[in-house]
Amino acid sequence: MNVTINDYLALSFLIFTIGFVGVLVRRNFLTVLMSIELMLNAVNLNLIAFSRRLSDLTGQIFSVFVITIAAGEAAIGLAIIISLYRQRKTLNVDEADTMEG
Amino acid sequence: MKDLLWLIPLFPLAGFLVNGILYLVSHRTHGEPTHGHEAHSPEAKAVAPPHASAPSAHADQHPAIPFKSVHAIVSPLMIALSCIVSLGAIFDWVRTEGLAHPHVVTIATWIPQGVNALRGGGSAAFSVDWSFRLDPLSALMISFVTFVGFLIHVYSVGYMGHEEGFGRFFAYLNLFMFSMLLLVLGSNFVVMFTGWEGVGLCSYLLIGYYYEKNFAADAGKKAFVVNRIGDLGFALGIFGIFAIFGSLDFGTVFAAAAAHPEKFVPYATVICLSLFVGAMGKSAQIPLYVWLPDAMAGPTPVSALIHAATMVTAGVYMVARCNVLFRLSPDAMLFVAVIGCATAIFAASIAVAQNDIKKVLAYSTISQLGYMFLACGVGAFVGGMFHVFTHAFFKACLFLGSGSVIHAMAGEQDMRKMGGLKSRMPTTYWTYLVSCLAIAGIIPFAGFFSKDEILGETFGSGHRLLYAVGLITAGLTAFYMFRTVFMTFSGKFRGTEEQEHHLHESPGTMTWPLRILGVGAVVAGFVGIPEVFRAHGHLLKNWLAPIFLPIAGHEGAEPGMTPGLEIGLMAVSVAVAVAGILVALRFYTGERAFATPKRIAERFPSAHRVLENKYYVDEAYDAVFVEGLGKGGGRFLWDFDARVIDGFFVHGARNVVMALSWLSSFFDQYVVDGMVNGVAGTLQAGYRGLKRAQSGRVQNYAFVMGGGFLVLVAAYLIWR
Repeated sequence: MNVTINDYLALSFLIFTIGFVGVLVRRNFLTVLMSIELMLNAVNLNLIAFSRRLSDLTGQIFSVFVITIAAGEAAIGLAIIISLYRQRKTLNVDEADTMEG
Repeated sequence: MKDLLWLIPLFPLAGFLVNGILYLVSHRTHGEPTHGHEAHSPEAKAVAPPHASAPSAHADQHPAIPFKSVHAIVSPLMIALSCIVSLGAIFDWVRTEGLAHPHVVTIATWIPQGVNALRGGGSAAFSVDWSFRLDPLSALMISFVTFVGFLIHVYSVGYMGHEEGFGRFFAYLNLFMFSMLLLVLGSNFVVMFTGWEGVGLCSYLLIGYYYEKNFAADAGKKAFVVNRIGDLGFALGIFGIFAIFGSLDFGTVFAAAAAHPEKFVPYATVICLSLFVGAMGKSAQIPLYVWLPDAMAGPTPVSALIHAATMVTAGVYMVARCNVLFRLSPDAMLFVAVIGCATAIFAASIAVAQNDIKKVLAYSTISQLGYMFLACGVGAFVGGMFHVFTHAFFKACLFLGSGSVIHAMAGEQDMRKMGGLKSRMPTTYWTYLVSCLAIAGIIPFAGFFSKDEILGETFGSGHRLLYAVGLITAGLTAFYMFRTVFMTFSGKFRGTEEQEHHLHESPGTMTWPLRILGVGAVVAGFVGIPEVFRAHGHLLKNWLAPIFLPIAGHEGAEPGMTPGLEIGLMAVSVAVAVAGILVALRFYTGERAFATPKRIAERFPSAHRVLENKYYVDEAYDAVFVEGLGKGGGRFLWDFDARVIDGFFVHGARNVVMALSWLSSFFDQYVVDGMVNGVAGTLQAGYRGLKRAQSGRVQNYAFVMGGGFLVLVAAYLIWR
């Protein structure tokens, strides 16, 4: 079976959409964080697929940077979650609406 | 010495400064002098006469006057120096330059040049100098002004000896002499006007010398205000002269008027009448004479110096000075003559019924001034100035004599309370009598020559009616003057015993000026002996001849009179004078003294009342000008203010402003504020909408972002 770039892109779009919908609809902060990771990895898959297709390493190198940044993002996100939990005793995203206008 | 002309007014000015400063210094250190003055005031002790103004002789009751001897020496000394310099300058000038060449000394430029357009084309530079002019007319004036002034200063030393305001009095007196000399010496109208105003000021100050007395203060104000009316006319005349001639210098103006009379003639009457209004005020002519009788509220030497001998003759001097201009306007001349003549008889008729000795003399002065203007009006300027000259001597002597009497009577001025003073005050009596003979016009006393010249010239110029009125006035003059003589000096004393006990002849400082002026009253007329008596005897006529510039195209023949007619006229006027004296003698002396005048007064009560009350002129002026124009005008102005100004303008303006402010407020409230509130409302509405977008929920933002992205992508895909 021949796997084409369209398949990669379709998979990437699917994962990104799952992640994006998760960000929008889930109320648990941890789940939202994980959904963001899904979106990031969908992007990575996209980058690598084009890198392979175009025989250009730039995409792969970019995806390594994205993974690195995602690790930092996850660390900061978890730290914020812990901080929020200490303040509010909850992980519900809707509770964190202090910035309401 | 003629170049030292400027020293003549400067000496009195220096005297004024010295006396004034010393007085102020002593005034400071010795406290308020009026307190002491009230207690010892001669007026306070006088028997309440309406116009008491003489000091009493109780020297021991008075506190010492600081710097008295300084005042007493400096003040007359300065006038004496002026007199000496005047005479020296006159001799020097006559010897070196001659009568026909006026000598002008300029000491400084007062107002430098400025170019002005003239009436009738052309322009002239307006510039005024402080310059003095010595010519026959000013020479005549300064000689007798300084001489008589000096005598009156000496007299004042004795007369004012017990007055608290001794220094103040002499400071004012010196300031007056300064102004008067400025007036007569000034070489242009502006300097003359300065002196003119200066004498008016001093007159005010000296009339109001007893300023703590209401009547004196009021009289001073009256004199000042009435004089202002005249001064306005004088100023207008000066403006007119400048507008036509482009100069205010006497020499320039009169030479131009004499050389080109046709340029001036169209304006002559207006300008001459303006000038004459000034003369009316200063020289107390109808209708502006009312201040002079009240001016007697001042100390008697002041009355003698200012309100008889010198200042009041300034108007005559001015008219004589401007003779060239006046001769060009026959209408103005006739007006001057008529006013003068009317004043003469009017004042004389009032004098007949007065009982206050100074009032009689005051009205007599007005009457004599009327004579002088009558002379000027009929063209006899020499006669007018001659009468100024002789009048200065005998009227000063009369006033000083009356002052001597008042001094002896401790302030009493009512002649009904006098009588029989002849034996107690012989010097005063004889000098007073001589002066009365002079003013009555008895040959050969001074007044005879001058008055007779006036009457003769009036007759000769063809004004028969004016002559007749003048002749009647002469008779009245003789009558009322001898009435004062008989009421004061003959018969029995009619005052209180205390007054009789107090009677005494005045001290030497007072009697010597009287004697000298008495001699003057006899001999002053000899400078103008009529030609019929002695060829070239009229020295004054020859002396004054140069000031009467011949006018181009107007050389008229002198109206000649035959010697017989001239002598006849003299005989008539002397006869009238003698008749006046005899009537006075019959009425006021002997067994039946006062009986006839009393009967006449009873027979014609209304006429007597009218005369006694001076024709009610003061009351009429009071009613017309003070009550009528002043208060009535004030009421009118009040109504005008209330109805028109307040009613129409102020309230109208208020209504307009209120309407405008209502509009403005409406605009502000609904348009400006509307805009402000509209903006705010719009923003508020917008914010309400936008506020909902900022929910603080991150997922909403993400949703909008995602949605927006999708919309953009969709748009891209559709409209690519």
